[in-house]
Amino acid sequence: MSDTVLFAFEAAINGLTVGIMYSLVALGFVLIFKASGIFNFAQGVMALFAALTLVGLQEGAIPFAHLINATFGTSIHHFGFNIPTLIAIPLTIAVMVGFAWLVERIVLKHLVNQEPIILFMATIGLAYFLEGLGDIMWGAEVKRLDVGLPQGGNIWFEENTQWLGFGNENFYGFYIDTLNLYALVIAAILVTALVIFSQYTKQGRALRAVADDHQAALSVGISLRFIWVLTWSIAGIVALVAGIMWGSKSGVQFSLSLIALKALPVLILGGFTSIPGAIVGGLLIGVGEKLFDFFMQPIIGGATENWFAYMLALAFLLFRPQGLFGEKIIERV
Amino acid sequence: MKMMKLAVGIAATLSVAAPALAQDLHFPMLNYRTGPYAPGGIPFADGYQDYLTLLNERDGGIGGVPIRLSECETAYNTERGVECYEGIRDDSPLVIQPLSTGITYQLIPRVTEDGIPMHTMGYGRTSAVIGDSFPWVFNYPANYWDGASVAINHLLEQNDGSLEGKKIVLVYHNSAYGREPIRTLETLAERYGFEFNPLAVDHPGQEQGSQWLQIRRERPDYVIMYGWGVMNAVAIQEAANIRFPMENFIGIWWSGSENDVLPVGDGADGYTALTFHGVGTDYPVYDEIQQYVVDAGMAAGNGDQIGSAVYSRGLYAAMLASEAARTAQEIHGVAEITPAMMRDGMEALSLTEERLTELGLPGFSAPFNVSCENHGGSGAAMLQQWDADTGTWSLITDWIDADRELVTELAAEDAAAYAAENGIESHCDM
Repeated sequence: MSDTVLFAFEAAINGLTVGIMYSLVALGFVLIFKASGIFNFAQGVMALFAALTLVGLQEGAIPFAHLINATFGTSIHHFGFNIPTLIAIPLTIAVMVGFAWLVERIVLKHLVNQEPIILFMATIGLAYFLEGLGDIMWGAEVKRLDVGLPQGGNIWFEENTQWLGFGNENFYGFYIDTLNLYALVIAAILVTALVIFSQYTKQGRALRAVADDHQAALSVGISLRFIWVLTWSIAGIVALVAGIMWGSKSGVQFSLSLIALKALPVLILGGFTSIPGAIVGGLLIGVGEKLFDFFMQPIIGGATENWFAYMLALAFLLFRPQGLFGEKIIERV
Repeated sequence: MKMMKLAVGIAATLSVAAPALAQDLHFPMLNYRTGPYAPGGIPFADGYQDYLTLLNERDGGIGGVPIRLSECETAYNTERGVECYEGIRDDSPLVIQPLSTGITYQLIPRVTEDGIPMHTMGYGRTSAVIGDSFPWVFNYPANYWDGASVAINHLLEQNDGSLEGKKIVLVYHNSAYGREPIRTLETLAERYGFEFNPLAVDHPGQEQGSQWLQIRRERPDYVIMYGWGVMNAVAIQEAANIRFPMENFIGIWWSGSENDVLPVGDGADGYTALTFHGVGTDYPVYDEIQQYVVDAGMAAGNGDQIGSAVYSRGLYAAMLASEAARTAQEIHGVAEITPAMMRDGMEALSLTEERLTELGLPGFSAPFNVSCENHGGSGAAMLQQWDADTGTWSLITDWIDADRELVTELAAEDAAAYAAENGIESHCDM
């Protein structure tokens, strides 16, 4: 088989797995937008904050240690023990649920019935606040995140796909990052859990009712405030998953919040209100950008991934503004 | 912590607005303790500040005149950097350290107009090495093109003087900084007969799948990296993922900090990077910093960066600034120097091995002299290698010289164009 076909196929496979990583970030946006119509600008920072909290707990770091030391002249940094990952993750989830509760109490409660743009602006403020809070709590240095997920090229996959080259000496099996394979499995579990939750639980049905029609949901006694806490809590958990996957790749540092930029074209493509849309959008963006880079790099140079994703999203906007799976907005005049 | 840093930064910036003390030497810092590149900005700022604090506490400043330090937060943002400069330029800043290539390019015409010297150590506009065209800008002891040349000279040494038929890939930050070495490497590729392929990575560099798939396909012999921030850690992780030999992966000095290798864990073991200064704390000056700065509770930031690679660089920048100020005091016979006098001191700076030993930094830097023609110092660098087990960098080569003839030749073309465009007259002949 020719080099071009084999390597294009390899690029596409890698695009699929990277696309799932994008989808993990996009899912958090979808959940909040679907339930409350808010485009949560803070979703990327939530992923950073969740990952920072997880590492801090794992390392037994004392929150706000630098602030305490600067104020009281002490020199405390660690509790002196580490917390196992399996305990640190539920604790981080508890922190994210607490954060969701605070967001509802302090921000959202006071902005009921405001224009979507007001709510959007509030989430921008929230992003800046959370970013600073993460720094004050856990410090700005780069942190290593290790939750036991294996990384690196999957040797089994490489060895067992070598025959596809049919003797081609330049081909030595398809490369695939094991971490991305785990992301695939985790995303599948996450989406299945979300579907089961929304279809078969009382709270899930309430959440869908609010998403369909706020007024009608309120009229049958569903608490909007509870639903908001619930939605932001789930988005916080999704942010933690995204933070773990991306943080395992690059370490936990401020730049982690910028992964949100990768989710925007995914959302435009898949639709802001569809969970399957986030998955399919991520896959399309992932494959599209990798193949585009593969074929165009020799002609126009590399570094096409960032702008190509937005170009693809823009092209979709022209023909299908609501995205592949989004709800069509019909305004009657 | 960021809030505190900001508060300190604001207070420091406000202090700039206040009338200057009658007798002090003002050393402003354009820092970035916040934003995506803060993990690199914090240790540099801490090193710079701690060294100047040491001089104040131990020696009462420079030549008996206390040092006044001011900080302005740029967040590595060019616009903010220019604003910082505008805020301090009337307060007799002795030397501007912009700590960003983007800010450097914006400030070159301004400092030239205002008569304020600027030091861009190991970054900025490479052609500023030609002092005749850039009288107010200095980039000693080494620049980006020196780095590319040193890397190739090292590889030549490794390959018995021939790189014929070898494949070398440059993975670079897709910015003015990252693109700097391309021309040098293209020229060197022609000269030494190696195949050269540059691969760009867009900011911030969190996803580099395409680039490393291509590297895996092409199987280059060596990869050189000009990265910054998260891009470095991701690149080293991706290299480990495709099982690229770490000893054949060479980063520029801005890709050689603990922040770049620690997130990768054992996979980063053996990774190499260039450095134009020593590593670790095995220098007498660190004992003095401990005694006069840390133990006195005056350490910058959290005091937890001491001895890291970028902290050492900040300390080195402060040492070079103070040595230039000392030289200026000697030249002009006054203790309270002006920015113009400081420029003279920078241009006459001579760093000898004896002086380095006196300063408690023996062998920390390659000795060099600055002159009107050469604002770039020696251009020499060493290779440091990461040991993941001990979590330390160690030097694995002696000083390697850059091909200064080539670097100067390339720089002269760019500098001449700049001088003609901006109407700058030759001042070295005067």
